[in-house]
Order: sequence, then structure tokens, then C-alpha cells
Amino acid sequence: MTLQNFISEAISPWMLEDGPDKDIVMSSRIRLARNFANVSYPILADQENLEEIRSFIKNEYANQSFQSYENLEFVSIKDLTAVEKRVLVEKHLISPHLAKYAQQSAALISQNEQVSVMINEEDHLRIQLYFPGLQLKKALEHSFNFDDWLEQKVNYAFDETKGYLTSCPTNVGTGMRASVMMHLPALAMTNQINRMIPAISQLGLVVRGIYGEGSEALGNIFQISNQITLGKSEVDIIEDLESVVKQLIDHERTARNHIMERSGTKLEDRVFRSYGILQYSRIIDSKESARCISDVRLGIDLGIIENTSGNILNELMVLTQPGFLQHYANRTLKADERDVLRATIIRERLKLEK
Amino acid sequence: MECQECHERPATLHFKKINNGEETSVSMCEDCAKKKGYMSYPEEGYSLHDLLTGLFNFDNLKMANPSGNQLKQVKELQCTSCGMTFSEFKKVGKFGCAHCYESFDSRLGPIFRRVHAGNTKHFGKIPKRAGSDLHVKKQLKSYKDELKNLIEAEAFEEAAKVRDKIKALEKGHREPEAGDER
Repeated sequence: MTLQNFISEAISPWMLEDGPDKDIVMSSRIRLARNFANVSYPILADQENLEEIRSFIKNEYANQSFQSYENLEFVSIKDLTAVEKRVLVEKHLISPHLAKYAQQSAALISQNEQVSVMINEEDHLRIQLYFPGLQLKKALEHSFNFDDWLEQKVNYAFDETKGYLTSCPTNVGTGMRASVMMHLPALAMTNQINRMIPAISQLGLVVRGIYGEGSEALGNIFQISNQITLGKSEVDIIEDLESVVKQLIDHERTARNHIMERSGTKLEDRVFRSYGILQYSRIIDSKESARCISDVRLGIDLGIIENTSGNILNELMVLTQPGFLQHYANRTLKADERDVLRATIIRERLKLEK
Repeated sequence: MECQECHERPATLHFKKINNGEETSVSMCEDCAKKKGYMSYPEEGYSLHDLLTGLFNFDNLKMANPSGNQLKQVKELQCTSCGMTFSEFKKVGKFGCAHCYESFDSRLGPIFRRVHAGNTKHFGKIPKRAGSDLHVKKQLKSYKDELKNLIEAEAFEEAAKVRDKIKALEKGHREPEAGDER
């Protein structure tokens, strides 16, 4: 596989589009949890029932198109190799949970990889929709339309007072989790983010690392999402989330300017050192690469590094994940082998910018 | 300090091994320590899920006591559709089917309030097909609220228009709610 092809595989087509505040907000996501009314949830249902749901979705929706979401591909998870599954997880198209329960699960993924429906995850259906930058309202609108389209053929489990009935009580009501992926290097550098996280949690929102629950904020990427799904409408929930995200953007911009004014040379030094490591290192682990990629992206945003595209952060963050490295090598790699290949890919990728 | 096993994660655990009087020490991350069998308990880390199931278990601690003291045995709630019992639900923190919500209804209020900041009632999207009646009901309710506000504000002309809308909607809808003003 050539590096070019490999990169284009790592980057979902929607990621290349422009979005508001894209220098700080990498993506906005809406996830809706839905269930069939008369089938037990995956946690209890027998194989037969789950297989029925799988084949129903396959028959009704595989290769269909809805609006700009063309050619929905039905992916049977059990037919994938371990590396292929990991690649889908790293691209956030399926969850680790879906990959784990491969026997029963499937996914429906649109050509542009903007929509993916996970089948027989914790709930029968989990609709996910991504937009570049901060576009929660648009993402919500599109996910509602998509949801209506699916509902034409599915009787959803719904109750007038409790809303959409989900397997976990933490999702009941709207069944919606809205999240925003943000790159916040200046807030992390000045340690402000640690003071802000407790305040954000008090508003019914959660802050996590890039790969979800329990993961650390690798490369200063933070995921902010709503915790509460009952008692507030979807629109109210995303308005609350958006207002917090906007404040974070403002604070991040202020902190960036502040650092530039106060310690511009120090920042430049840090950015170029990281740039140097990425350009010349022969062995690099995922933590160090994430840190350096974050520094370089900040350098690009602030004009310290010129002639390099800002998309490089999104790209390299995915490319340097273990699954992708093994996909590229076409075999399983030990940690030390991955560190070598990671360094090589980063060097080659940066050469493409020149 | 990085883990001496995987060299990927930071070492968070430090072990001292004494073998035939020879002392060696190792530092490793939790994952590797588990793999190497340095940690005896099989549980994964304390996840959000554990925290939640912990939250559910607040109401009846006696039931969680398996030694079963001879106090009166409360009849266990069980879902009539999928067979999940309420204690199973509390253990896994997940419902077995949509019907569980009805079966365990009497016990869910406190759980929902804890998880959803005091809320127990859904506001938001209603499915088009499964909830077509609900759409009308919801629309009616919003008109009625509007009507009430208009009357309070003594905007009677506006109020009359809204009243007509309510009438039209109720005609189209077969069963007007009890207690409606005529």
C-alpha cells in the first residue's frame, strides 16, 4: 500500500471539509440510541433474535442512500480480522464494545463515513453522525432526519413519559449523546483545563480523553459531552453544550495569545523541537508522538510553522494508532516494532508537505 | 518512569520480589501487572459503570445480602416479558427489554433522579410512527399553555385564535382528554 492510499483510508471524507472553529474543534458528533419495541435488548436476547435484527437491517437498508449519505455499507463485524476491527474503532466508526461482541453485531456505514449505525451494540441501534468543526445544530438536524428515515420501518421502544427506552438508564429519554472533540493545548499548558473540568461537570457535561470513557487526553484532545438525557430536550442539551464549548474556545484563544505575548520564544522553541522530533526521530511511542503532533498543530494555528496543513493533526492522530500501523504493515506488530513504524510514517507524512 | 514490561504506559505500581533472599524490584503499569499475575483481583478498574451500579444499590441493602437472614422475604420484582429480576438489573445496571421499564416502574424514580439530575420525565423528540398520537397531545398542550398565558395577559383576541386552533386539533383527534374545557 502506498502512503498516499493509506492516508486517504485513515481520513474519513467528511474530515476534509471545512467547519466553523476547525482550528480548535475537530468534530461534532450526535449519537442516538434506539431499540426495537418487541425484542429483548442485546444483553439478554438470544442469538436468534439478534440475528433477525441484523438481517432485517441488512435487507432493508444495505446499499440504500438517504440524502447525502450514500451507499450505506453493511459491515458484518464477525467477518473482519482483528486489525480491521481495530481500524474501525480508531476511526470512531464503531465502538470497542461492538468489536468485542462481533458474533452478533454489525454496522451500517455511509460512503462518506459521516453516518454509522451500530447494530446490536448495547442497544439494538446506535446512530452516529459526525460533522467537522463546531456544528452541533446541523448534526442534530441531520441525525433527526436520518432517525425518522430509519423509523419508517422499525417500531421503536418508546414511552410517553420516559422517552426512548434504552438498555442503560443513563441513556433513557432522548437517547442522545452529543459530543465535541476539542484540541486545547494552551489550556492544558497553562493547567487551566484542570480547574475548568470540575465546573463543567457541574453543568451535566462530561470531559473525557479522545478514545472515550477512561481514556486520557492524549495529544491535548478533549471530548466534551452531555451526561443527562432525561428531562431536557435535545435542542436544550446541545445549546448548553455549545455554550460551554464556545467559552472553552474563547479561553483557549485567549490563553494562546497570552502565551505568544508573554513567552513567544519559549513557545516557538517547544513547537520547533517537537517538529524536529517528528521529522527526524527513528523510534517514537504513541504518547510522545501525540504530544509532538499537538505542539506542531498549535504551531501551525499560530503561524509559527508555515506551509503545513492544519489537517495534519487529525490525520496523524489516526495514522499513528496501533491498529492503523498494523494495517499498514499488514501483520501484527509488537510495541517496539510499532514505535519504529510510527516514526517512519510520521517522517514520510511530513515530507509530503514540502 | 515507564513500565518495564511494555515500555508504553507509565509505571504506576512498584513490586519487590524476594527470591532465595535475593531482592529484585520491578515497576510496571496496571495492565502489565495484571497480565504478569502481580495483582490477585480479577476486576477491571473502577469504571463509570461500577459507579452507576453502586448508585442503584442504595435502596435495599438487605436484598443484596445473600446469606438471607430469615426476615420476611420481599417478593422480588421481575419483568414479565424478558424475565429479568430487579436485583439482576441492579447488578448489571442495564434493562433486559423495553418492558422492564414498566415492570420496575415503582423503583425507578430514585434511580432516574440520581442519574439525570432530578429529572424523571422525557422532554424531546417523539418518534413519528410510534408516537403519532403523542404529537397531537404535545401540540395541544403547548396551545393550552399559550392560551392560559394569553388569558392571563388579557389578550383575548389572540386567545380566541388559539382556542380555535385547539378546537380544530381536537376535532381531528378522536379522543379529547378528560377535563378539557368545552
